[in-house]
Amino acid sequence: MSDVPILKVENLCKSYGDLEVLKSVSFEIHKGEKKVFVGPSGTGKSTLLRCINRLTTPDSEFVYLNGEEIIHSGKKINGYRQKMGMVFQNFNLFDHLTAIRNVELALLKVKKLDKAAARKKAMYELEQVGMADRADFYPAQLSGGQAQRVSIARALAMDPEVMLFDEPTSALDPELKREVMEVMRKLADRGMTCIVVTHEMKFATSFATEIYLMEKGEIVEHGPPSEIPTSPGFVKTRAFMGSYVEE
Amino acid sequence: MADIINATGAAGGLGGFFQSIAESIMTQIPFWQDVLLPALWDGLWVTMQLVVMTAPLGFLFGLLVAVSRVYGSTPVKWLAKLYVIFFRGCPPLVLLFILYFGLPSVGIVLGSFMSALVGFILCNSAYNSEYLRGALQSIKRGQLLAARSLGMTKMQGVLYVVVPQALRRALPGVSNEFIYLIKYSSLAYVVAVIELTGAAKIIASKYFMYFEAFAAVGIFYLVIVTIATIGIHWIEKKYAIPGVSGSVGKVSKGN
Amino acid sequence: MFESISAVTNSAGYLLGGVGVTLVLVGLSLLIGFVCGIILTLGQVYGPRFARWFVGVYVWFFRGLPNIVLLFLFYFALFPFVGLDIPAFGVAVVVLGLRSAAYQSQIFRGAIQSLSEGQMVAARSLGMTKWQAIRSIILPQSLRLSLPGWANEYPVLLTDSSVAYVIGVAELLTRTSQVISRTGEPMILYLTCAVVFILLNYGGMMIIQHVEKKVRIPGFGNNEAECL
Repeated sequence: MSDVPILKVENLCKSYGDLEVLKSVSFEIHKGEKKVFVGPSGTGKSTLLRCINRLTTPDSEFVYLNGEEIIHSGKKINGYRQKMGMVFQNFNLFDHLTAIRNVELALLKVKKLDKAAARKKAMYELEQVGMADRADFYPAQLSGGQAQRVSIARALAMDPEVMLFDEPTSALDPELKREVMEVMRKLADRGMTCIVVTHEMKFATSFATEIYLMEKGEIVEHGPPSEIPTSPGFVKTRAFMGSYVEE
Repeated sequence: MADIINATGAAGGLGGFFQSIAESIMTQIPFWQDVLLPALWDGLWVTMQLVVMTAPLGFLFGLLVAVSRVYGSTPVKWLAKLYVIFFRGCPPLVLLFILYFGLPSVGIVLGSFMSALVGFILCNSAYNSEYLRGALQSIKRGQLLAARSLGMTKMQGVLYVVVPQALRRALPGVSNEFIYLIKYSSLAYVVAVIELTGAAKIIASKYFMYFEAFAAVGIFYLVIVTIATIGIHWIEKKYAIPGVSGSVGKVSKGN
Repeated sequence: MFESISAVTNSAGYLLGGVGVTLVLVGLSLLIGFVCGIILTLGQVYGPRFARWFVGVYVWFFRGLPNIVLLFLFYFALFPFVGLDIPAFGVAVVVLGLRSAAYQSQIFRGAIQSLSEGQMVAARSLGMTKWQAIRSIILPQSLRLSLPGWANEYPVLLTDSSVAYVIGVAELLTRTSQVISRTGEPMILYLTCAVVFILLNYGGMMIIQHVEKKVRIPGFGNNEAECL
């Protein structure tokens, strides 16, 4: 594990008008770590992820990728985004393309690979998530779990250094959540650095190297999975999390 | 007995009626063959030229204007909106007059065919841009978000992800507009282009065969429009993608 | 430049008269289109098979032909053929009206068919005859549902009215051309004409949207008229 953190977030703030969604969030993540952010809905968790890859522009301060500041980097952000894979709650697969073409598109247009190389890489990634046999299916023809796996493959194809998961299983029926969690675990075992935002506490405790508890735009508590579920701060917040707590 | 005589007389009268119709058809056939139909074919050829040249350009400009209105900077958005307001609100015939009669007075002479062509492209593009704009706006935000998260620029995302889907959504509206184009191409006659309608009017006035000429040209248009409609349905089926289609609010227009 | 402006202002009265003619033309055509459209729709939805066939042919005919051909056909051929000598304005009203009826009938049909069948069944079960049900239940709702689509007919007819130029109706475009042949300045005058049409277009649309808001039934259907 190198000393420079893969990602370092310093004093991240974001407001929409009077609504302060993120209040000075700071943390860092090193290679191979898996940090999971949990907390009641509306506490700015998704916004946090989107500020990290600047899909939403934060109001202030800095995000460092491998030591380089990216928020104020202008057009170079596109290059940085390739190093951060993002998986969305609603999959956001490109509806007009088949699964394999979804994975290929950025390889062709952004990494400028030639067709054969792109196809090979795309097939490889689909195999890794177990979707190779559905390569020619359109998103509308896939189940939620299958679609999410394809979107993970799509993000992985860019060889990112860190994966950002924005509530990856929230939009899925209970039976389908498992297949996606399996893929994420496999990814973790391969050593991928992951930041996950989720409601699934059971998954969080088994997956994370560290859990961050967020409430009202701030990190109120963080620690290893062995400590968090029983810590005082967490027990207090538990009341607000209702049915999201404990699988 | 009297009944039989009456019936025969009636039959005779009826026969006479049919005979006179047959006679007038016989005298008309040469007219149709040698005069009317050739003139209409020539006119049809000109109509086809107008339509075939306008359609792709009208579509491309419409797409350009639509993208400007949805993704452009504020001044670009305003310019595009002004373009649409003007060329949609102005009747095509008035626009043709501006180009054909107005421009020469400030030194630009386009001639009849070019005036018609430019006018139709402007009109067609303005109407198309509305359908395309609606289609672009109907694409879920997440699509562009995902594209950018993979490192694509905004323009790449729009070009490779949003537009291909929007085109399928706009197809019903744009093809509707194509049918209208076929019909309002007839206005070119008023600025001295001898297309299909013009040819009919000329023959009609010259030979005083108004009914025949306009009935014939009417049949021509009905056939063309029907064929085009069938062709469009075929295209829509062919390029449909499961999960990406359906029309966005139609703006009907007539001419 | 000065002369150009005075050319416009001098003829303003005459041109304004043209605006009036245009608006009357549009209004009457809308009306005819409305009445005939409803008749066509009722025939198509509730009528015998022959009526459905007739309406199908009617719509196909009036939607397949360009305005200019229809005007010529009626003005030079059909009316003289049956011995009627109708002035150009009348022909224009009839042609535009019948054409509008074709489009309006399809709008009404869509509206009526989108009303759930339950409406008719409920009405009949209360003892109404088919016609009573149509008059008091189906029509009021479908008319309101049709407003947005119907509102589209106004700009269409406004644009179509300019084509009446070809048979010499003294509406705005014709008068503009006449003024130009007298005083020159085609660019300024035709541009003004275009601007007037645009204003009539958007002004009319605003009025229609205002009316539409007032008659909207709360929570009923998607009642937004297309707007720029």
